[in-house]
Amino acid sequence: MDANELLIWARGPGFDIALTIFVVGMLLRLLEVLALGKKPDLSAPRGSGPEGAVRTLIARTLPRKTVFDKEPLRIINGYVLHIGFFIVLFLYGPHIAFFESFLGFGWPALPSGIVDAISAITILSLIAALVFRMNNNVMRFLSTPGDYIAWAVTLLPVLTGYLAYNHLLLPYTLMLALHLLSVELLLVVAPFTKLTHMFSFAMARWYQGYQAGRRGVES
Amino acid sequence: MSAPSVEKGIQFIKGQIDAPVASFFSACVHCGLCAEACLFFTETGDPKYTPINKVEPMRRIWESEFTLFGKLKSMLGMGEKVDEATFAEWETLVYDGCTLCGRCSLVCPVGNDISGMIRKVREGFAAAGHAPEGLIGASTRAVEIGSPMGVKLPAVKAQIKHLQQDTGLDAPLDVKGAEYMVLLSSMEIMNFPEYLEAIARIMKQAGKTWTIASKAFEATNSGIQIGVSDIAKVLVSRIVDAAEELGVKTVISPECGHAFTAIRWDGANLIGRPYNFEVKHILEVLDEFVEQGLIKTEGKEDAKVTYHDPCQIARKGGVVKQPRNLLNKIANNFVEMEDGGEMNWCCGGGGGVSANERADEVKLTAFNKKKSQLQALGVDTLVTACANCRLTLEEGLEENEMDMPIVGLTEMLAEYLVEDKKEEA
Amino acid sequence: MNDLTLGERLRQRGVSRRGFMKFCAATASMMALPPMMIPKVAAALEQAKKPSVIWLSFQECTACTESLTRSHAPSIEGLIFDHISLDYHHTLQAAAGHAAEHAREEAMKEHWGKYLVVVDGSIPMGANGAYSTVAGHSNVDTMHEVAEGAAAIIAVGTCAAYGGLPMADPNPTDAVSVEDLVTDKPIVNVPGCPPIPTVMTGVLAHFLTFGRLPELDHLKRPKVFYGQNIHDRCYRRPFYERGEFAETFDDEGARKGWCLYKLGCKGPTTYNACATAKWNEGTSWPVEAGHGCIGCSEPRFWDAGGFYQALSVPTSDVGSTILTAGAAGLAVGAAAAVLNKKTKGAAVANRETITIKDLSKES
Repeated sequence: MDANELLIWARGPGFDIALTIFVVGMLLRLLEVLALGKKPDLSAPRGSGPEGAVRTLIARTLPRKTVFDKEPLRIINGYVLHIGFFIVLFLYGPHIAFFESFLGFGWPALPSGIVDAISAITILSLIAALVFRMNNNVMRFLSTPGDYIAWAVTLLPVLTGYLAYNHLLLPYTLMLALHLLSVELLLVVAPFTKLTHMFSFAMARWYQGYQAGRRGVES
Repeated sequence: MSAPSVEKGIQFIKGQIDAPVASFFSACVHCGLCAEACLFFTETGDPKYTPINKVEPMRRIWESEFTLFGKLKSMLGMGEKVDEATFAEWETLVYDGCTLCGRCSLVCPVGNDISGMIRKVREGFAAAGHAPEGLIGASTRAVEIGSPMGVKLPAVKAQIKHLQQDTGLDAPLDVKGAEYMVLLSSMEIMNFPEYLEAIARIMKQAGKTWTIASKAFEATNSGIQIGVSDIAKVLVSRIVDAAEELGVKTVISPECGHAFTAIRWDGANLIGRPYNFEVKHILEVLDEFVEQGLIKTEGKEDAKVTYHDPCQIARKGGVVKQPRNLLNKIANNFVEMEDGGEMNWCCGGGGGVSANERADEVKLTAFNKKKSQLQALGVDTLVTACANCRLTLEEGLEENEMDMPIVGLTEMLAEYLVEDKKEEA
Repeated sequence: MNDLTLGERLRQRGVSRRGFMKFCAATASMMALPPMMIPKVAAALEQAKKPSVIWLSFQECTACTESLTRSHAPSIEGLIFDHISLDYHHTLQAAAGHAAEHAREEAMKEHWGKYLVVVDGSIPMGANGAYSTVAGHSNVDTMHEVAEGAAAIIAVGTCAAYGGLPMADPNPTDAVSVEDLVTDKPIVNVPGCPPIPTVMTGVLAHFLTFGRLPELDHLKRPKVFYGQNIHDRCYRRPFYERGEFAETFDDEGARKGWCLYKLGCKGPTTYNACATAKWNEGTSWPVEAGHGCIGCSEPRFWDAGGFYQALSVPTSDVGSTILTAGAAGLAVGAAAAVLNKKTKGAAVANRETITIKDLSKES
């Protein structure tokens, strides 16, 4: 199988398979969670649950000073990593074309050169995340193989995208095929690792925020 | 009824896993930031105290029972087991190394309520026979005698008698139709009788009717701490029954953190129906009285004071601005502790830790946080609103040879009541 | 006349020395040779004798021939074609039927081991090669027979080089490329649908100049022509860098000449010289004319998704995959949900009430 064949497979059947696993897997995970239900809270509310839920959903995006002061680098790196990943994913012209193809609408792209620079930063940030994970005693203690797998499958699409764009290491067509395959790997792996947090974070924040809202406490 | 066992423990934990818990485990990215919020980690430096690690047995059960991937792993023999050794290993983390203070829940970037999960996992540990002796003892006394410290009604009556003799004030027992039903914690009965006197004076000035129920004077709830809902339900039912029997409008939770959580938030869920009375923390009631002009204060404390927020009252109970309103009324030199308010650091004795003698050492280590906070602040007096915090802080200060008076906010307020000043004068 | 050298022939046609040197310089630069090689190219071409070429057309559309014969005549490239002894080309030759086949056999016999074979079109293998026959011979047989005495084979066009359109899914004739069939001869692939005429003549010029084939890449393409992709050499590249894309063929972006990536341009994955050599005497090329590259010189370009679908867009229908997978996910999830409810329900239902007597193991 040469690069063209690989690219054709990755753009066609490969993507279909990966996307199907991703969608089925994520819905499975979601319904597995929701099925467990939540008993209604019978205590007299002091505030509004939904209001608290929405507040926490948004506010929890920012760190608490008490923890930020202790781990500023790790927290800042977390932002760089996530924001970098989102910019590269959502503001690169070819990626927008992908979303447009099934959403039916697009949005303006960032200059490719800027996206290129941001992807380099994102790669460095991912490497830093790994260094933190291996050097911080709490993170090392908590880490499971799943954490490293999730890290690797997140890095690969950014890395291959960067290499493809800059014509490094391998011919563009092959690198593009590898880029798509790495995205497909990410899609396949995501529902079965901590990458589920891309959706479940909202549920987690909602549930905690809802309770906090009812109790009239900050969260 | 059967003897405690691993199977029973697992079954109880399974029963505790609901959608929020499942979403929390699905969302955790092992970032480890919760450790930075936990005083057991910050003071010991031992990563095993990382909050999310404390619920690892629950995570294993969730994964193997409630996720397809986990079921497959178990089938292939790759699942992580929860057995006797697991319970034994985690017992000290779940009970001794956590005060259910809830700081971790507030810093988790994905929004996991970790302390809420620790409260839930204790149900399984208790069912598996892995609850600490100290808490079993306290629960047994609470159920059999009526108070975790073994306080009985005669002790309360004796205190009321003292009150009547010393001040001429009254603490009426079992008054039907009273507006307020006042609860006490064992510690207030045994160690801090000032509280009852303060209540009596405040209620008198506010002109409110109030009562103490002879069937339910005890506010604390060991069931909540040990993590046995059935016991918690027995204990909270006493209060609910008494309040409904007497037909009071509002039940006042005393200066005790977990008691407030038990009555205010957990109680209705334990008995399975909403109350037909209100529950308020004493600080909420006092703040209302001041707001409505029902009580007036005169003069202010000149000493430098700070306020220690009890976790269950501030972070988990939402009573944050009331103690500040009150303190600013009666103190000239009130300063905030670092992270004061909803992010305050725990005293180290909450969540049943102070009732668990086995945890004494780690509790004192954890106290180092409060110690350094107080040293940095250099205050003369420490004010708080939880008898358990107060006792833990007193012990910690004594152990560290620090001399600092600790007072309850209610009794401090009572000292500055206008009427009382006149009487004394 | 057959004995004339290329130089003599060109002068006979009135091509000046100056014009010839210009051509040699262009050829040298096209082949990425250093300027000092120009005299050598000129000398070699000057002396080049007329090689025998047998042109085989199989499953093809004649566009390759059209492209080559219509290369801006009269031109020196065209004259190079005149210079070769095209002994067999059934589209172009005057002879027909047995006479034509006889000419081929004669040429093969006379130049055995030295003649060049140019192939356009793919070779059908299905039904014992019956899908395409010439003079009673299947293409497969002819290919094998002619290849045997060839010095080298030049596969012209995407069909000959990679199977092309006939090989496109579902490949009804079981078509194959030249290199699929012939494995023991030097082969040069000159893909394109059709290929650029100058590239074709460049390969011939190289053969005439050096007596051997140019350096090839992993797909047997001459590196000098196929070494870089369209995207890297595209004059619209700055718009890509700036994230400025035409969204439709008649929007403002299209009028301003913005990048055609989103309109399906396959420039990034297409290796060819169009962006530099251009077409029609260097007049223009597809992207300059406002249409994205369709990647016609790449293997399986016909199966590589729609021409108007951006490279980053999967060739399958993502929307319907999401909907189908969504429905499947709901079904699977619902089943898992039922199981979870059951497990949890059992745990709650069988839960025994705990009293203080049940707390200690010792009791």
